[in-house]
Amino acid sequence: MARYVGKRVLYAFLTIVVLAALTFFMMHLLPGDPFIGEKAVDESTLEMLRARYGLDKPVWQQFLNYMINVFRGDLGVSTQYKRPVLTIIAESFPYSFELGIRALIFASVAGVLLGILAAVKRGTAWDTGSMLVAMIGVSVPSFIVGALLQYFLGLKLFQWTGMRIFPITGWDTELSKLLPAFALSFSTMASLSRLMRSSTLDVLSSDYVKTAKAKGLSQGKIVRRHVVRNAIMPIVTVLGPQAAAILTGAFVVEKIFNIPGMGRFFVNSINSRDYTLIAGTTLFYGAFLVIANLVVDLLYGVIDPRIRLAGRKE
Amino acid sequence: MSKKEKELQAAKAAQEAKYAAAAAPYTPTAEDFTWIGSDASSREAIARPSISFWHDAMRRLFKNKVAIVCMFVLVAIILMAIFVPMFSPFTYNEQHVTHGNAPMFTVCEDTGHMHLCGTDNLGRDLFVRLWEGARVSLTIAFVAVIVNCVVGLTYGGVSGYFGGWVDNIMMRIVEVINGIPYMIVVILLMMILKPGMGAIIIAYSLVGWTGMARLVRGQIVGLKEQEFVIAAKAMGAKPSRIITKHLLPNILSVVIVNITLSIPGVIFSEAFLSFIGLGVPIPMSSWGTLANDAILVFRTYPMQLFLPSICICLTMLGFNLLGDALRDAFDPKLRR
Repeated sequence: MARYVGKRVLYAFLTIVVLAALTFFMMHLLPGDPFIGEKAVDESTLEMLRARYGLDKPVWQQFLNYMINVFRGDLGVSTQYKRPVLTIIAESFPYSFELGIRALIFASVAGVLLGILAAVKRGTAWDTGSMLVAMIGVSVPSFIVGALLQYFLGLKLFQWTGMRIFPITGWDTELSKLLPAFALSFSTMASLSRLMRSSTLDVLSSDYVKTAKAKGLSQGKIVRRHVVRNAIMPIVTVLGPQAAAILTGAFVVEKIFNIPGMGRFFVNSINSRDYTLIAGTTLFYGAFLVIANLVVDLLYGVIDPRIRLAGRKE
Repeated sequence: MSKKEKELQAAKAAQEAKYAAAAAPYTPTAEDFTWIGSDASSREAIARPSISFWHDAMRRLFKNKVAIVCMFVLVAIILMAIFVPMFSPFTYNEQHVTHGNAPMFTVCEDTGHMHLCGTDNLGRDLFVRLWEGARVSLTIAFVAVIVNCVVGLTYGGVSGYFGGWVDNIMMRIVEVINGIPYMIVVILLMMILKPGMGAIIIAYSLVGWTGMARLVRGQIVGLKEQEFVIAAKAMGAKPSRIITKHLLPNILSVVIVNITLSIPGVIFSEAFLSFIGLGVPIPMSSWGTLANDAILVFRTYPMQLFLPSICICLTMLGFNLLGDALRDAFDPKLRR
């Protein structure tokens, strides 16, 4: 187990270092200069600015400084907002995190239930219906779901009934959080339910389920006690990548619903060539997802003893 | 339960009919038999054409109604993308400032032709922009997927075939690349490349091949230990011959399914990038940029958003369903 954990942690660390290097060098290949704006600035001022932000040193030295600062937790100062990147992240990330967590919880609960329902009632209208929902979910991008929800539930419902049930934008009341979270979770829910259905079908045809049936256990008890616990394993594995999909999907959902999360800063920083903010947010996103993956991997080892044993044998 | 009972009854009736027939045995007469001659080869000849794996798969695929509908829709979309911009009276960047944001079926004041899907806020014909966008989106999807496929096949093939430390190092590299969320890498790459279709293809291809490489490697590792490969090796076949003649044909079906299922992913990525402002440059149109432009005005002109959205969804749905159907056709054991 220790070997398994060690290997995973090493990979995660390596990935973060590669990501940091990638971000840094890409920032240097970017066309444009952060100090050239609408106003004409004379050469001496530009030089002072470059010295102030350390841009006059050779690239490798800048990289070294950058890496040292990153591991100290200092991501630099945003050239656009004139505030530390870490402060901006600390202020905006909670919104994105709450949105993401809501979406993830809804997606996994609904996806697992839908998958089990489809597998247990295989071949019936329940199966066809829930797999149809899943197919649509996999094929409709989150920004379209978001815009449609906003149009029909936010705008049209208000025009038809005269009651403002779902606000069109914003992130303050529980109801206003409902639509963005659902829009973000829809595709994840769909792919989880497809996965859950096939893994449940696998487990349903296994010998121990036959034994349980032969013992005379009720269908509900078999599903609860024997099937779900084994069928849920693949879901745990894909939770890491799915969390990544939800976090990146949050960029557009935040844009549509005007939520003051990190996605907005990220997209803005790209458009205004704010080097340090891009590098900081990218690195933060990357590290967050790598760590999320790591936690999922370790969790998997804890839940499924077979993984632990395989790790020991290696 | 009633269905089962009916089936049971039908089986019982069939059984009884069989017994009745057995009770009154039919006595064959000489006319029932014909002499086919003593030619040994004609006796051993195979009466029906032999069905290869591909014939069998295609037969199963064409029996699937969903797959037929999907193919029909996708072919229709591709044909529209090719021919609409060629034969339309408007071009995708021609502006009619007098009637911007016109509703569907507006007659153009300048030319007298009809704007089938209306115009956008600059008065550009949306019908042409939609299919011009289809050209861009579909080209990006196909090219990116083919590049991924070639790179993934080569990388995965080499890694799986040679095994050992080569495999170990190559797969560790894939693991590290896979650990980085691909959308973030694509966004970073999109910023340093000159905006355009090529940039999106390159950015997607640089990170998108890992899935294919892993899949191919897994298949090759399983196949290369099989008897027919060992036999080919024993007869002195070179690695290149074993890979192209024995291994590739066997993984082709898996690769085709994977290609079909990854096209929606690229279409989604393109739409996503356009949506956050990193897509094809103005005045080009793609489904993503059309949706992005429409978001700003969609409370007043919802049609402008619905049209590209329907196209994106239909195409993604079509490829997803077709991919599932292909998988069922190639490997009926997997069908559920």
